[in-house]
Amino acid sequence: MIVEIGHYALVLALALSVIQTVLPFWGARARDASLMGIGPVAAVGVFICVAIAFGALTWAYVTSDFTVRNVVENSHSLKPLLFRITGLWGNHEGSMLLWVLVVALFGALLAVARNMAPGVLRADALAVQGLISVAFLTFIISVSNPFARLVAPPAEGQDLNPILQDIGLAIHPPLLYIGYVGFSLVFAFAAAALIGGRIDAIWARAVRPWCLIAWAFLTLGIAMGSYWAYYELGWGGFWFWDPVENASFMPWLSGTALLHSILVMEKRDALKVWTILLAILTFSLSLLGAFLVRSGVLTSVHAFATDPGRGLFILAILVFFIGGGFALFAWRAPLLKTGGLFAPVSREGALVVNNLLLATACATVFIGTLYPLALEGLTGDKISVGPPFYDATFVPLAMALLLLIPFGQALAWKRGDLAGAVSRLLFVMGLSIVACLAIVFMQHGGPVLAVIGLWLGIFVFVGGVNEILSRSWKRGASLSVVLRRAAGLPRSAWGAAVAHAGVGVCVIGLAAQAWSIETLASVRPGQPLAVGPYEVVLTDSFSRQVANYREDVARFHVLQGGAIIRTVDASKRFFPARNTSTTEAGISTIGLGQVYVALGDAGEHGLGVRLYWKPWVLLIWIGAVIAAIGGALSFSDRRLRVGAPTRGRRKQPAAKDATAMATVAAQ
Amino acid sequence: MAIWFIFALMTGLAIGAVLWPLSRRAPAPAGQVDERAFYEQRLAEINRDAGSGYISAIEADAARAEAARRLLRESRSAPMGLADGESEYALRRRRAASAIALSTIPLVTLAIYGAVGSPDLGSLTIAERRARPVAQADAGDLVARMERHLAAKPDDGAGWELLAPVYLRMGRPDDAVKAWASVLKLRGETPARLASYGEALVASSNGVVESFARELFERAAKGDPAAPMPKFYLAVALAQDGDMDGARKAFEALLKSAPPDAPWRAAVEARIEGLQRQAMAKDIASAPAEAQQAAIAGMVQGLAERLKANPDNPEGWRTLVRSYVVLGRKTEAGAALADGVRALGARPDEAARLEAFARELGVHPKTP
Repeated sequence: MIVEIGHYALVLALALSVIQTVLPFWGARARDASLMGIGPVAAVGVFICVAIAFGALTWAYVTSDFTVRNVVENSHSLKPLLFRITGLWGNHEGSMLLWVLVVALFGALLAVARNMAPGVLRADALAVQGLISVAFLTFIISVSNPFARLVAPPAEGQDLNPILQDIGLAIHPPLLYIGYVGFSLVFAFAAAALIGGRIDAIWARAVRPWCLIAWAFLTLGIAMGSYWAYYELGWGGFWFWDPVENASFMPWLSGTALLHSILVMEKRDALKVWTILLAILTFSLSLLGAFLVRSGVLTSVHAFATDPGRGLFILAILVFFIGGGFALFAWRAPLLKTGGLFAPVSREGALVVNNLLLATACATVFIGTLYPLALEGLTGDKISVGPPFYDATFVPLAMALLLLIPFGQALAWKRGDLAGAVSRLLFVMGLSIVACLAIVFMQHGGPVLAVIGLWLGIFVFVGGVNEILSRSWKRGASLSVVLRRAAGLPRSAWGAAVAHAGVGVCVIGLAAQAWSIETLASVRPGQPLAVGPYEVVLTDSFSRQVANYREDVARFHVLQGGAIIRTVDASKRFFPARNTSTTEAGISTIGLGQVYVALGDAGEHGLGVRLYWKPWVLLIWIGAVIAAIGGALSFSDRRLRVGAPTRGRRKQPAAKDATAMATVAAQ
Repeated sequence: MAIWFIFALMTGLAIGAVLWPLSRRAPAPAGQVDERAFYEQRLAEINRDAGSGYISAIEADAARAEAARRLLRESRSAPMGLADGESEYALRRRRAASAIALSTIPLVTLAIYGAVGSPDLGSLTIAERRARPVAQADAGDLVARMERHLAAKPDDGAGWELLAPVYLRMGRPDDAVKAWASVLKLRGETPARLASYGEALVASSNGVVESFARELFERAAKGDPAAPMPKFYLAVALAQDGDMDGARKAFEALLKSAPPDAPWRAAVEARIEGLQRQAMAKDIASAPAEAQQAAIAGMVQGLAERLKANPDNPEGWRTLVRSYVVLGRKTEAGAALADGVRALGARPDEAARLEAFARELGVHPKTP
């Protein structure tokens, strides 16, 4: 009965989201507060209904109710409780339900946050968000219903894909979906602004927190996915430029650009139309990601089920929202008033460059992802676009962007002083070069690109720290005064500094991988193998039965100078229900680096192993977490952002001043 | 029934929630975000930043001036205020909105749920399943119990041997293959096990005898020359390779050696008949058109005579009626139908099936 209540609630959610779309929209046109008031109530109702549906399906998974087909196909009564729950979204139908749950959650949050947006804007945004719910609920109920029942239930389930039976599945998809779907609300706001024909700093202020929260979660989701791939796939890599990874990376890039342009808009009333365009683009890329992953165009661990009917449906949703969004943009954007002007060398100008670089980087990833697919579709040729392409296109753009971060932060609003900014950054540059050279010297050199990358990472990190220091430190002030001033800085300033420092930390970790060491060998027990500054010895191997799998474990000792400092287990697991095996890499963290042991096959020369020493590898993910914390700090600051402009010099006549500014129309 | 009560309650709550904002006369203006409020907030922020010294007095002045300019510009394009909540129009609009909510929510929900839901289907959790007494347990439960036991003790060869044939009967040939492989590994080879393993392999490859299965059957036949199953599948393999005569001879030899009450006789007879039909079809296809017609007519004639001699054959009667329809001989089809119904009189369900089948082909019974 519980399952059917969930099913009914899901259908009720569809009916309510139709109401959420139609009535507030009508109310906003008629300026009728009562009708607009239906939006929040309906949005909360949709969320409650979807939550009931989600809860009912979770119950079916937890209790192994095999009258539900989805549970049969993806669960097993012997699975540990956590994986019985996470199995819910480890498959196509369940993951779409999670998607809709997050869509509804954001709708409900907007409904509850009353003081954030003007009434008409909020009503329209809720209506658009409702339309997104309608589309995905229809998709779920018609072609991928997780509540499909079986009259003759089997006694046991078919188990979940063993690669997904991991704590990563509990964390990665929810984070990623909150990120993806969070941008749906930003899209809803953009569409509402276009419908209402008004866009201003109030709009930017209303959108900012949603954009920040989506960005922070997307950052965490991508980082978590990367760490999961790193330890589960056993290749020692953490980023493969795989189309599915790119599908989540593209919205991140354009979302990062959006974050910055919203800032400019709130503070300076500029870049309005561009911001709207970015908002539409970011959500479009999220949808494109969903389509690529769900339609069966790509085959990977993420493509749970390939069904052309579903692919076509998602394609229709994609075309509707992307096409609709851009059509609305083309129709209404020319009516929007453009905002403030600024000089090319200014904080705004730097952020425009940031946006252009991010958008271009996003475009290179887009081409690298879709070109092989398009080529295969048209000519049947299979090509693979891998790291060499991205090294040649994406990496230089990213480096230019990193180089500009500290400079942009040092420039003033409206009119900047480049020479002044450079002089303020001399200390930061000097410090970062010294630190970088010291590291390179200790490592006895390294590839040029890696050295540059290392320097850039340190430069960005120190630049982030410097931003707080430069704003709180004054010549002659005592330490306590400096600390008090630093603590008194707006959390938004802290957020920006922390996020930038986090990016720097991540880049340091990435660059440090040039110094990682890989060893392939066959080992017998007791035979030591050198990897970087450590030695690894196979000490023991045994088998055991755990829950729903059997495991062959190889136990290693990590030695430093002859002394055992760590014990690490690497294993191969066999899952009889699916008749498949997985490899579990053995990872031992030493400081910020990791010793990584992946098992190969046992041969006549002993057990095949791949060993890695990865110095500072943890910085990659720690940096991402720091960046997300920066986003959260900025999110927590509900104050208005003010960007105080620098006045033009009084001596110049006004007309001349205008030409000297080489005005950039704030598009 | 209780579930419909819960559904009604949920629907009622949803409708009530949507109607609630419509029932309120004057919605609270609290939380209005307008240009003036925004301007005041902005001024407050500027004053605060200037007060704590993060921006200079000159910067603060510039920021204040800019904020004032923006307020002017934006209030010029400010939207109209909200409509009067008490006007005749507003009341009518609310009534219309209420009607939409009252009709859309239950109608959409019931229509869609009615199409996709299964309200009468109860749950059966794993705990409930395990708590069922053995008498109520179905084959699936017993298999699952066995599987749990074998997951804990995968070396129990006897257990696998018990489970393997059950898998095959349940239509899980892939599992049967795995189970037989374990049996062979754990308990050693016997001709019977080899043959059963081969049988599972054939089932899992949709009836095709692949080379590995064939090898197994050959070994089984060598070990126990009297066993019928390896011979049967080896004959099937011959037919697959196109050696129809060889296959037919092998099947006929098998049939000759079969005891009269052997349950597998029917399967062998069906194979022989199939091979004969194939051979005949090949002959007909290679004959000229008139001869083809004659041959088909002859076959139909033959079938009619066989049915006269041995009338308890529902499948045969259906084939005969269809053959006459295909040949365009309507009257004879009707006659055959009437004969068939009379002949199957002892089995009313089969007679009814024959009639229904004939009706679909447009044939009605005619007494001769």
